[in-house]
Amino acid sequence: MKQENRKTFISVRNLIVDFTHVNEEGLEELKTRAIDDVSFDIEKGSFVSIIGMNGSGKSTLAKCLNGLIMPKSGEVYVDGLSTYDEEHLWDIRSRVGMVFQNPDNQIVSSLVEDDVAFGPENLGVDPVEIRKRVDSALKQVDMYDCRDKGAHMLSGGQKQRIAIAGALAMRPECIIFDEPTAMLDPKGRKQVMNIIKELNQEGITTILITHYMHEAEQAERIIVLKDGKLYSDGKPSELFGNRRLIEGAGLEMPPLIDLRDRSGLPESATTIEDIICLLK
Amino acid sequence: MIRDITLGQYFPGKSPIHRLDARTKIIGTFLFIAEMFVVNNFWGFLIAGTALFTVIGISRVPLKFIFRGLTPVFLIIAFTFVINMLMFDGRVLWHWWIFTITYEGLIRAAFMVIRLVLLIIGSSILTLCTKPIALTDGLEKLLRPFSKIGVPSHEIALMMTIALRFIPTLMDETDKIIKAQQARGADFESGNIFRRAKSLIPILVPLFISSFRIAQELALAMEARCYHGGEGRTRMNEIHFNKEDIVAAVLMTIFLGIIIGSRFIA
Repeated sequence: MKQENRKTFISVRNLIVDFTHVNEEGLEELKTRAIDDVSFDIEKGSFVSIIGMNGSGKSTLAKCLNGLIMPKSGEVYVDGLSTYDEEHLWDIRSRVGMVFQNPDNQIVSSLVEDDVAFGPENLGVDPVEIRKRVDSALKQVDMYDCRDKGAHMLSGGQKQRIAIAGALAMRPECIIFDEPTAMLDPKGRKQVMNIIKELNQEGITTILITHYMHEAEQAERIIVLKDGKLYSDGKPSELFGNRRLIEGAGLEMPPLIDLRDRSGLPESATTIEDIICLLK
Repeated sequence: MIRDITLGQYFPGKSPIHRLDARTKIIGTFLFIAEMFVVNNFWGFLIAGTALFTVIGISRVPLKFIFRGLTPVFLIIAFTFVINMLMFDGRVLWHWWIFTITYEGLIRAAFMVIRLVLLIIGSSILTLCTKPIALTDGLEKLLRPFSKIGVPSHEIALMMTIALRFIPTLMDETDKIIKAQQARGADFESGNIFRRAKSLIPILVPLFISSFRIAQELALAMEARCYHGGEGRTRMNEIHFNKEDIVAAVLMTIFLGIIIGSRFIA
């Protein structure tokens, strides 16, 4: 999976997003600067995690990446297309799919297969082709047997898999997962994480926004946000080798690394095998 | 407590009635409703009733389900009967204080009640034998020609789809709010009707707020999936008229002729 010289797929340049509200005199007033001068590139086929405390701007950043939020200044390019360009907006959104936190509030139709078809229907895909895409997307998330069930009959994890299938049916090159496991039970969380990893293996650029360090750890690169600013950007081993960096962002060490530090093992041990080896 | 409510009242089945195109059924139902007002004697009702029960027989929906649809409107039916019975002049059969029952009033009342019952049963067949989603699809297609004069056919259908989708979600939400309020000592079960109605306010206000939040999230999710109105949109399951629909259309036309003809009996 680790290939060098991969093409840049998403590129973010000096992004600034403000949340404003209108005061009593009818003037716009700055409330918070949600994203403050953030720049980074995401390569095609990579698996990137974005972490940070509540209110650090993770979700806002994610919504900028497919043009759901228009920034105040700065640039977002998806495969060379600017999100400012209304003409390419639908093209961008079909290439960059998105899965949200609440499994209930992103399913449009009561019937599983109708919901998965919603995206391609919007794109004006031919009905025969939609059928094919829906079937293959449902098989990819292992929900094909539930295709004619009512969405309200499913568990949270199953609903979230339907939401992933809904994004997949648009045949995206990249999927942004905005805390997809936050409202799930441990079993559902595991299933969804496995699907995310599988999709990345199949070549889909994956951006995972999460609260859980052991999920972030599975990415090949972690971007940390703090108060809307880019706080750290690097490999998980670099980040988790540096306790001060993690605690500075208001985050917690993943359980494994925490164990390592408390057992007094060297910081060079970052994988489960290393730690088991040293503990022996 | 409110989990077991079914969506619409669809009764799953594979009968020829279930298989008909939703448009055929919608048009048929509206035609039937109109025909019930064309009928002017009991012979007409006899014919319509026979036809209706033949359709029910073919649909294999148990009669229990059909009559269940009548229970909520039982009061209206009873009221119609009493009012019609008392309001007609004619041969007096019974008289007490200001109440007079006449022979003509009795006939009239029976006539109105039969009409009402047939209307309700006739329209419940539509919802019993058609999936709610097929119904919205059918409605969208039927209204499409009117979009030229400004009828938002796609939007109406999408609104119905979303409403159907979110009924169970909002039910869950209501349940949660009720439990949360009860845990804080709210009382929804005692007091007179006004007090009980008033105690619903602490349920309705949070429910409204959360439904706005849901709407906002859903809108975002729809936009992320490239929703931009009905223009240029395709459907996975395009609905088609089949042979059965042609048969149904012929039968419906014959039925219309018979009903009009029935006006001239007696």
